[in-house]
Amino acid sequence: MTAAPASTDHTPRFAPGDRVRVRAAFPPGHIRTPYFVRGREGRVESLAAIHPNPEGRAYGGDGAPKRPVYRIAFRQADLWEGYAGPPGDTTVVDIFEHWLEPAEGDAR
Amino acid sequence: MSESKDHGHDHPHGHGHGHGHAPHPFQPDIEDGPITEHMVLTRAVTELMIEKGVFAAEDLRQKLEYMQSRNPGLGARLVARAWTDPAFAARLIEDANAAAKELDIDAGVVEIRALADRPGLHNVIVCTLCSCYPVMLLGNSPDWYKSREYRSRVVREPRAVLAEFGTEIPEGTELRIHDSTAELRYFVIPERPAGTEGWSEERLAEIVTRDCMIGTALPKVATE
Repeated sequence: MTAAPASTDHTPRFAPGDRVRVRAAFPPGHIRTPYFVRGREGRVESLAAIHPNPEGRAYGGDGAPKRPVYRIAFRQADLWEGYAGPPGDTTVVDIFEHWLEPAEGDAR
Repeated sequence: MSESKDHGHDHPHGHGHGHGHAPHPFQPDIEDGPITEHMVLTRAVTELMIEKGVFAAEDLRQKLEYMQSRNPGLGARLVARAWTDPAFAARLIEDANAAAKELDIDAGVVEIRALADRPGLHNVIVCTLCSCYPVMLLGNSPDWYKSREYRSRVVREPRAVLAEFGTEIPEGTELRIHDSTAELRYFVIPERPAGTEGWSEERLAEIVTRDCMIGTALPKVATE
């Protein structure tokens, strides 16, 4: 696992519409990024909030610095091989910024 | 209990067991389940907080009673108002906690977002990691919402799960599952069904059930 970028301000790195990839990392501890989206590509729907990092708060820390949390929309077909529903179905997951990187071909 | 003259219970016979059988199994008491580490921890921390005067037992009791008084009727009032007042609907989607206050409903300090269904879009909520739920507007979540089965299957095969609830979403409608894994909570504003024209808010609220605001059901108008 590469260290999370130590951003000290709250300026969101991503904007609605950006293609992003969730880091395929598997660190121990209290992680709010579900396994089923790790390594998957999605699209930033909106900035949901700027919030203390639960990965520190879970162990008595204050969660500083606060991190942007985005609503990331994934196509079901990109999450599940052989998804049975129509191609328009989506899952939207709230993800902390340090779990996201620009998708390939979406240079930033 | 008085002993009846034969064998001490009074259910009708003729269903295949004879006399001298083992007694009916008891339903276990709450205390008969295993005591987990987290149960012990919760009890210990509670006792310590009270002992150290952080809060009183009565404060805790009142808080629990308040939380358990929350119920889906609160969310239903918000949906019914949104159905009858487009400006309120816009405010509810913009800031549900503030909009709830307009109806004297305490939505709490955790941010809650209202997800509006529309033609071509149906929303469903889940927390795949644990059991996050808009308790302040819907009350305690049903046990199935917290089950591993719902939490895993509603993202993997949502249409099959909804079908088991009796809810069929047309193929041409986008099904959007919202996984509340971070700090926000969500509830669904379903579409107002046909046949409710001219209904009062109170009457509308009656058809907005808990499951409609989770997204596993759609509001139904009873056919006479």
